[in-house]
Amino acid sequence: MAILELEALTRRFSTLVAVNALTLTIERGEMFALLGPNGAGKSTTIKMLTTLLPPSAGSARVDGLDIARHPSAVRRIIGYVPQMLSADGTLTGRENLSVFARLYDVPRRERRPRVEEALAFMGLADAADRPVKQYSGGMIRRLEIAQSMIHNPRVLFLDEPTVGLDPSARRAVWEHIEQLRHRTGATIVLTTHQMEEADALCNRVAIMHQGNLVALGTPAELKASVAKRAATLEDVFLHYTGSDLETGGTYSETRRTRRAVRRLG
Amino acid sequence: MKPEGHAGLFAVSAEPLSLRQDPISYLLRYLSRTLTIAGMEARKLLHDPTELLTRAVQPALWLLVFGQVFTKIRAIPTGSMRYIDFMAPGILSQSVLFIAIFYGISIIWERDLGILHKFLVSPTPRSALVLGKAISAGLRGLTQGIIVYLLALLLGVSMNWNPLALLGVVLVVMLGAGFFATFSLVIACIVKTRERFMGIGQILTMPLFFASNAIYPISIMPRWLQVISHANPLTYQVDALRALMLSGGVSAYGVGVDMGILALATAILVVIGSRLYPTIAT
Repeated sequence: MAILELEALTRRFSTLVAVNALTLTIERGEMFALLGPNGAGKSTTIKMLTTLLPPSAGSARVDGLDIARHPSAVRRIIGYVPQMLSADGTLTGRENLSVFARLYDVPRRERRPRVEEALAFMGLADAADRPVKQYSGGMIRRLEIAQSMIHNPRVLFLDEPTVGLDPSARRAVWEHIEQLRHRTGATIVLTTHQMEEADALCNRVAIMHQGNLVALGTPAELKASVAKRAATLEDVFLHYTGSDLETGGTYSETRRTRRAVRRLG
Repeated sequence: MKPEGHAGLFAVSAEPLSLRQDPISYLLRYLSRTLTIAGMEARKLLHDPTELLTRAVQPALWLLVFGQVFTKIRAIPTGSMRYIDFMAPGILSQSVLFIAIFYGISIIWERDLGILHKFLVSPTPRSALVLGKAISAGLRGLTQGIIVYLLALLLGVSMNWNPLALLGVVLVVMLGAGFFATFSLVIACIVKTRERFMGIGQILTMPLFFASNAIYPISIMPRWLQVISHANPLTYQVDALRALMLSGGVSAYGVGVDMGILALATAILVVIGSRLYPTIAT
């Protein structure tokens, strides 16, 4: 049964069409990647699905709830980890979690055990009482994912979950995402511009380019669709977009990403 | 692995929390969220209180230098009241204004980091986010109150220590700080960048301060400035504080009127602020 249904979902910024009539269905329990370079429309899509940005046209439903008509009901059943650094550096890991447990109305007697369980699951129990500004980039990401799961969401949106992390921290984050899906059964939608990430984690991939959906399928299907032996997702991407993954991205996006990376590092 | 005795973070197919929808439960949840936001800001302040200490410098300069000199030369007609007594509530209002008027930059900062997005994606009503920030600005304002009270004691200002009057001071300071912090939040939502915000903040503070009864009575102002001063919420904050802080202090408009004006102005801005709040994320 579909948990996410996008129908001609569109977002324009004055003349720029950031997301162009995106139609897509994501099934319950899937691990789904939106793949594309900076500026492809991945983050804009996520922002619409998480109710941060109203669509210009088209519609989307999360577990049957329309994002434009029932935004607050949608907010209850989703979790979101923004691309940028989103844990508060001056608070401790435990404080960061308990604030969100309260904001999501986790009943008082359940708050503490849930926070402890989330800390333990993410391997942060020992660091729980240290201010987050002393955490490593990988630890911050794990904390942020824990924050977004504290209310048992049905869909978890991860916007560039491993941007700016070194390879070992990235692997640790991947493992935690895998385990999380295994344990919770939640649907996970992530954006990435790394082929390797989509390949390692996701059972289906949508490739976006300049606001359009250009390819959709399992990593194996996508590779098979390219007339080249031993094709990689990289080849698939080149095939469908005719451009390199590294292109794109505005000055302000680059500045923000760099700043986030610096603070994470 | 799973601890017993609660639903569990990882209960597969766990239902999202079901909530009671009657008005009282809703109101309680609203209050709880507002206080969660305010409490979080207060904790941040406790973890890093340096800002509060640096904020003590300015009121100290005004009271110890400007206040002492002008009290001696009697340049400003304040009737039977000593000038230092007259200006103490004005300087408290000024420090509350200064600490609150730049508060909006924190949401630009949170937006740049991504913290703000996560709050907006939570089911917290936007007005609870704004009101929580306003209350936390009030708490910051109270720290200025403590500083000014200490300075006033040092300078021998004749203070009113009646507990009810003190409670009134707490309320007025929180209202004033809440008003200017929300004002600042609204500006931040409109201008959206740090650079523009700092520019506008600088432009606003001095006129708000000088076009008020903080350091001289409105009666000695030219007519046009009197009109502006009467439209300035800072005037009503100073007026209420003058009545509540000083022994034998009097209010020109009535403390109730002052508080009513501040509360109404804050409420209007909270409504506007909660409309604008989500736009800063886009």
